[in-house]
Order: sequence, then structure tokens, then C-alpha cells
Amino acid sequence: MTAVLDTTSAIDLTARGGWRATKNRIMTVVLATAFLVVMIPLALVLGMVIMRGLKVMSWHFLTGPIAATEQRAKGGIGPAISGTLVITGMAMLMAVPVGLLGSIYLHEYGLNRPVARAVRFMATVMTGVPSVVMGLFIYVVWTLRYKSSGFGGSLALACLMLPIIIRTTEEMLRLVPRELREGALALGTSKSRTILTVVVPAALPGIVSGVLLAVARAAGETAPLLFTIGAARKVNWNVLGGANTALPAQIYGNANSAFAPAQGRGWGAALTLVVIAFLFTLVARLISARFATKR
Amino acid sequence: MTDMDQELVVDTNRQISRLTSTATATADSASGTATAEPMFEISDLAVYYGSFRAVRDVNIAIRRNEITAFIGPSGCGKTTVLRCLNRMNDLVPSARVEGKVIYQGVDLYGGDVSPTEVRRHVGMVFQKPNPFPKSIYDNVAFGPRVNGIKRASALDEIVERSLRGAALWDEVKDRLKTSALGLSGGQQQRLCIARTVAVEPDVVLMDEPCSALDPIATARIEDLMQEMTSKYTIVIVTHNMQQAARVSNRTAFFTAEVSENGDRRTGVLVEYDQTQKIFANPGDERTENYVTGRFG
Repeated sequence: MTAVLDTTSAIDLTARGGWRATKNRIMTVVLATAFLVVMIPLALVLGMVIMRGLKVMSWHFLTGPIAATEQRAKGGIGPAISGTLVITGMAMLMAVPVGLLGSIYLHEYGLNRPVARAVRFMATVMTGVPSVVMGLFIYVVWTLRYKSSGFGGSLALACLMLPIIIRTTEEMLRLVPRELREGALALGTSKSRTILTVVVPAALPGIVSGVLLAVARAAGETAPLLFTIGAARKVNWNVLGGANTALPAQIYGNANSAFAPAQGRGWGAALTLVVIAFLFTLVARLISARFATKR
Repeated sequence: MTDMDQELVVDTNRQISRLTSTATATADSASGTATAEPMFEISDLAVYYGSFRAVRDVNIAIRRNEITAFIGPSGCGKTTVLRCLNRMNDLVPSARVEGKVIYQGVDLYGGDVSPTEVRRHVGMVFQKPNPFPKSIYDNVAFGPRVNGIKRASALDEIVERSLRGAALWDEVKDRLKTSALGLSGGQQQRLCIARTVAVEPDVVLMDEPCSALDPIATARIEDLMQEMTSKYTIVIVTHNMQQAARVSNRTAFFTAEVSENGDRRTGVLVEYDQTQKIFANPGDERTENYVTGRFG
């Protein structure tokens, strides 16, 4: 037996050198480099925001009113946090139900009818519309008539979120295997019940991701708010009336300032926005994990 | 409470009707006559996808409490015909059906027939096991819940009965609340059978139910099918001729006819008879070539 093992075999199964191995090495290096390049801006931005932001962070900063002048050292971003929460929250309240129901209609009932195709096409176009255009649009149709308020900002943000939600939700519904639908329908389940109890739960994690993406993008938008919410120094929880402010607006204003205290507040506002987005993502993931179908 | 009572009444009626139909079926096979009203009467059936005719001239009478097998090469329309029996073809927007499918005296393609209602009577098991991404319990309870059964005790009982009926209960009784996707392929397919029988259909259609399973799991499902014939009528599409020979009472052989210019294939029914006769003494040369492996 040992003799058999000792003899050199006619076939050689050891790895071959040459061009193929070289190619493998080159590609590995290229991909690793690309990964590092992608990580550099991400790490730098996060690092910068956290370092500079932490310097001004305090309870007073998070809750205090907006400083009266840029030079003053004291002053906080309390009104901007409340503003961002109510404006984005209101935008979600408007865009998420409409977007979800709309995309379910598009994918499950509209199919390839002309109406559905037109809506789908418009949604695609709308994802490419610059946010400032949404702001101008709401400024013209709403703010000029009803004055600046958080609600105007919510309208503009909802317009931005809607197409993203529609497109991603429809994409996720499309990924639900046909076998699952057929399984439910073959049990004598009606179409609406199949969608509610099988299709949507199966697509839920993806749908939640799409909604998160839309909300996170909207929460960070400055341009649509510039025209629509006005400016406020005090906390205004009333989204429907009175001028308001938001974190992106504070970042924009303070970053343009020549004075160091204002610049610090800008970094602080940026860090706060990042943390809010992070917490929101966390909560949404927990909720979707609770409701999504177990794998 | 009244709902529950009604359910019981309906259930008892069903049991009775099943019992009587079993009795007649037994009497039939004993005397060798075919007097019982068939479960399905398919006459001059043709199915089109757009302008493409997928299958034509199908005439089959499917008898109660028997296993009827559809065999034939790929693209011969067996699955298409099967999916006419519970109107699953309605899900294909371009599909159109000509001819008649009479189910217990009702024209399935009649104007006021609801496909959803048809599927409550005619269940289906698919080629690839397709359990819902839910727990084992919720998979089986899905159909009964759709039918409005809410009481936990009633659902528990249905789930246990269905899983026992699908020979799966002993394997899963301790993990009913775990995901159905954690089961093996054979177990998943038996779960799909349990899910189908949980809504108490009269007929179970099976579209190549064992093609994704190993021989042991296949044997279990075949045994299960034999047990199920006491309560259900089964129609099975299979690529496996040995399977058709093993399990079925009657066999329909389909083949594909290629059009003169060679670009269109239309399925036709060649022969429909007792399985024994189809395999031992077929009436058509094409059937003989197919079942003996000399397929041309």
C-alpha cells in the first residue's frame, strides 16, 4: 500500500503557477485597494464629525435655544432637533403610507397598464429631481400662500421620499418568489389576503430598508427647507404653524459663519444629525426584525 | 359558537359524502363498471398562451378517490392541463382556456365561478416545496385561518390532524413554532401536503411533487398518496414513469406535436386508460415507445 502512495502519480493536482496565479494576485490587490479607497472618505467624515462635534456637546447644547448672534459662545440647537423630528416625522406620516400603498397597487394590480407605467416612469424621473426644485415647488404652491411653517418643509421632504419609497418597495415586491404567491392562492386565499399575509411580510426587510433610505436622505436635506420653514430661535413643536428650524439648516447657517463658536455649533449639529439617523435606523431594524417572517 | 356548530355540521356532511363516494368507488372497482359520476370531466380542452396553443383536444374523466397520473415528455402540456383543474392558469395574464372542465357537475370556467372558491375545493402541491417563511404551525394553520377559523383549540386540532395526515407529526410535534424553512426538502414537501389537506379539499393536484426529493423522501410521499386516496382524489403530474406505474390507478399519456415548420409545439393527449394497461399493453405506438424508453 505504501508503495502505491510513494509513487509519483501521473496526474498533477497541485496549484499551477503562471499567469492565472498572477492575475489572481493582481485582482486581489485591486479589490482591496478599492475597498480602502471607499473606506477613507467614510472614516474621515465620521471621525471629523465625531471629534469636532464632541467638543461642543453638552446638555445645554442639545436643549438650549439658538444663539442670538453668531459670535456668542453659548447657545444650543434644541429648536433644530425638535424641528427635524417633527418635520421629518410629519413627512414620513404623509409619504410612507402613500408610497407603500401606491407601490403595492403598481406591482400587484397595475401591472403593465398605461396608468401604472406612467406612474412608474414619473417616480423614476422624480428620484432624479434635485431637492432644491422640490423646495421651490412647495414654496410656490404652499409657502407663498400659507407662510413659512414646519409643514411646508414636511411637504417638500415627503415629495422627495415618495419616489424612493415607491421604487424600492416595488423592487422588493418583485423579488418575492412566485411560488409563495401560488402557494397561498392555491389554498383558496384571496388576492388581497395573499398580499397582506404572504407577499408583504416576505418583502418587509427590503421595504424597511427602502423607507429608511428615503427618511435618512430627507432628514439630511437642507435645500427644500431653506424656502419653506423660515427661521426660529425657540423650540416650536407645532409643525402646522409658525416658523421652524432644522438640523441641516443649522449646519448650513453655522458652517457659513466666520466665527468659531458658530462653526463649533455646526459640527455639533452635524454629529447630532448622524446620531439621530443612526438611532432611527436601529429602531426601524428592530421593528422589522420583530414583524418580518422568520427565516 | 354558532359558527363552530355550523362547521361541525359541514364537516360531518363532508365525511358522509366522502364515505359514500368511497363506497361507490369500491363497488365500481369490484364490479368493473364505471357508473359513478367522475370528479372531473375534461372535454375538448385547449389552452392558449396569447396566440400560442399549448395543448389541444384533451378529453379525460378523472374518477373519485383514485390517483390519476399525467405523464409525457417536457413541453407536452401536462402541467398546463393540471393547472386548469384549479384555475391556476388564471394567474398567467395571456392564458385562455377553451373547452369544458366539469367539476362535480359544475363548469369550472362558467361565468359566475370564483377561482378562489375553486381552489378551496381543489388544492395543489407544487414541484418545488414552497412553505411560507413562517413557523410550521402557521404554515398549516394558514388555510384554516383564511377560512375564518380563529379559535386556538380548533386550529391546534386541525394542525395536528393535518400533520398526522401528511405523516409529519412525529417529526415536528416538538418544534411547531420553529421556521418551516429549517425542515429538509422531503419534510417541507410533506408540510405543503399538510397545508393543502388542512383546508379539507376534495381533490389534491400534485405537480411533480417528488422531482426535488431523494428516493427515500419520494417513497414516503408515494406511501402517503396511497393513504390519502381514502379521502381525496389525487391528480399527479410526473416525469418519473416508474412513479406513475407505482402509485396511479389511471394514466394519461401526453406528447408534443411539432408544427410543420418546426417552431411550435402543441401538447396532445395520446392515450388515457388504466395504468396497468398503459404500461403493459398500450393502445398507441407512441405510448409504447415512451413507456419502454424508446422515445422518439
